[in-house]
Amino acid sequence: MRSTTYGRGLRPLSLLTVLFVFAALSMTFFYAPLDTEQGFIQKIFYIHVPLAITSLCGFVVGGLMAIGYLRTGDRKWDMRSYVAIHMSLIFGIGGLITGSIWAKAAWGHWWVWNEPTLVSFLIVLLLFATYQPLRFSIEDPERQSRYAAVFAITCGAFVPLNFIAVRLSTQFVHPRVLTLTGSNLPAPMGWTFLVSLIAIALLFTTLCKYEMAAKNARAKVRRLRRSLLGEDLDRPYGRSAAPL
Amino acid sequence: MKTAWTVLRKDLRMEMRTAETVPAMVLFAVVTIVIFHFALNRDTIAGQEAAGVLVIALLFAAMLGINRLFVAEREQGGFDAFLLAPVDRTAMLIAKTAGLYLFLVVLEVITVPVFKLFLLGPGLGRTLPGLVLVLALTNVALSVIGTLVSAIAVHTRARDLIGPMIGLPLLIPALIAAARAAGPLLRSSHAPTAPPLQWVATLALYDLVFALIAFAVFDFLLEE
Repeated sequence: MRSTTYGRGLRPLSLLTVLFVFAALSMTFFYAPLDTEQGFIQKIFYIHVPLAITSLCGFVVGGLMAIGYLRTGDRKWDMRSYVAIHMSLIFGIGGLITGSIWAKAAWGHWWVWNEPTLVSFLIVLLLFATYQPLRFSIEDPERQSRYAAVFAITCGAFVPLNFIAVRLSTQFVHPRVLTLTGSNLPAPMGWTFLVSLIAIALLFTTLCKYEMAAKNARAKVRRLRRSLLGEDLDRPYGRSAAPL
Repeated sequence: MKTAWTVLRKDLRMEMRTAETVPAMVLFAVVTIVIFHFALNRDTIAGQEAAGVLVIALLFAAMLGINRLFVAEREQGGFDAFLLAPVDRTAMLIAKTAGLYLFLVVLEVITVPVFKLFLLGPGLGRTLPGLVLVLALTNVALSVIGTLVSAIAVHTRARDLIGPMIGLPLLIPALIAAARAAGPLLRSSHAPTAPPLQWVATLALYDLVFALIAFAVFDFLLEE
């Protein structure tokens, strides 16, 4: 595994991310106007929606990376797929929690069943929550990667399908903020949303890169320890579902 | 195709001789219906409620079949033999899906009358063709996704847990469509003769997409 490439570009990327997150937060609190109906609580929109969009895209990206793994058999694609899904799960839980808070403030309930976006998001999250248990329960690393890739592709395709199915089943409660015909937000809100989306997407990418670099460094340290101490003396690895 | 037919015939013969899976599925579905009677504390149900109970009873019974689908292959070396043979691996997917589909048909042929007898209020005569259509499409989703999930789960350590855990969320959209399509058919009055087109179309589309996905990825589950 070419380990040196993992850390490359990490510093400028991190700086850019910090910049964008800072800009997004400043715009959220000082530039975007207060919503006439919902007031201050509407500002959670600038975190909630980007989190949700990023995590859904992350799941699909995980599926695409998994196609790369099945085509090439190269472990680094498996690692990318794993990290994308792992990070998307974390972002997704964040999106669900912020969404729940927003629902409580806007509609008066912590959970609203006739809200297709929320429900389909929950189903996707429940599905991807089984990704790591699946990896855990397959011993053979090669088979683990292959099966995880099959899972990631199937579920990556499931994400858009599920949204269509659930959307059909309920009426719309969610504000239709972004439609195919374009955004119907007023301009300052639109810009703030865009910057927030970029900030969260950058945060996602940065964290993914950090995780890959860390996993890679850990594997390298382990290889070094083994060659210095020998197989027997090295401490056994903690259980992990991550590819090595 | 010939290979698929051979594997399917082998599975059916094995089921005929051991009677291991289908009777368990039927029994499970019937017990589920009885439990629903007590849990809901109702003598008869109709409409959307009835559709939900029917779909859940069938789903849980199907889960038993899905869990058992590849167990014999694994325990008795069927996978190795199949991989050694110079045949197309997709044949296994087709055979297992068809086998599971037939199991589900048998399950429904027994369970639906039992459901009518025990719980369902309104008569089924007029709406039966519509219900058969809905169940036929639901079976496609159950058998395609079931086969895929079962093939993933059978090689894991905790296969009885992994199977339903992956399978249930994947099946949710199909079950939404199935329950919504069957709901109006089971109404006590003004039941339409045809299920709502919107839901039948959703179900059919879901079946089609997952059949394609399964077709594309199944080969990788059989590699050694």
